[in-house]
Amino acid sequence: MTEVEITQKRALLLMGCPEVPVQTGIGLYLGWLLNSIGWDVKTAGNPSVLQLFRVSDPEKHYIRKIMDLDKSIADIVENGEQYDLCVVFAHNDAGISYAATMHHLLKGRLMVIVFGRNAETLASQIDFPCEKIVEKAVHNPMVLKKKINEAFGWRASTS
Amino acid sequence: MACIDELEKEVLLSGASFAECRAYVEGRYTEVYYVDPGYKIFDKHIIGIPPIAVGIEQDSVIFPFTKPCYGTFLLKMESQEEADRMRSLGRRKGTKKSR
Repeated sequence: MTEVEITQKRALLLMGCPEVPVQTGIGLYLGWLLNSIGWDVKTAGNPSVLQLFRVSDPEKHYIRKIMDLDKSIADIVENGEQYDLCVVFAHNDAGISYAATMHHLLKGRLMVIVFGRNAETLASQIDFPCEKIVEKAVHNPMVLKKKINEAFGWRASTS
Repeated sequence: MACIDELEKEVLLSGASFAECRAYVEGRYTEVYYVDPGYKIFDKHIIGIPPIAVGIEQDSVIFPFTKPCYGTFLLKMESQEEADRMRSLGRRKGTKKSR
């Protein structure tokens, strides 16, 4: 194993239901950006999420590794898989439940992106420690993108 | 073990919030246990906000099952094996009056 492989940081993007349009765009963007700074990124979601990424990014420029949502949880629980960063996409109660689960199971940095029409109400239900990015974004991802850039200190890509 | 979707079950709540499922279990069952997220039941890992309340009624287990697009379902499924495992591994809550 090379030194690069040993030290490469690992991220898990945990996607919610894809019914809110901004999720796929922001997922592609975040995948690309983390890849571009050298992270090893896995993206987990239900079958519809994975098909959206396969269709949107057939050559895997942005989302390189995808996996079934249940399998990603099983790998963490049963195989002790850990990540330096986990980003959970939440626009409904289920998304918050997944975020709480990741908080319980993972030791690394946890970021919850809360979006959709009920973003603020949903975000108020988060009572565990994590970084929250909250925006009532549904169709337009630009404000959410700006907040994500700020959270990661990526000022160069805000335009 | 077969997928939850393929097993016989009673859906007590559908499209519910996680808090609603917990309140339902705590309010209606005399035998209640708590487990952490990731606890495996019927070959699935439970997703949720800890502590996750699970009810037992005879040989049936009442537990939340979360799907990303449909919210949380509260399911009642019969399994002596899963009920016994819950009694062994779960954290027991004090006896409550059953409705």
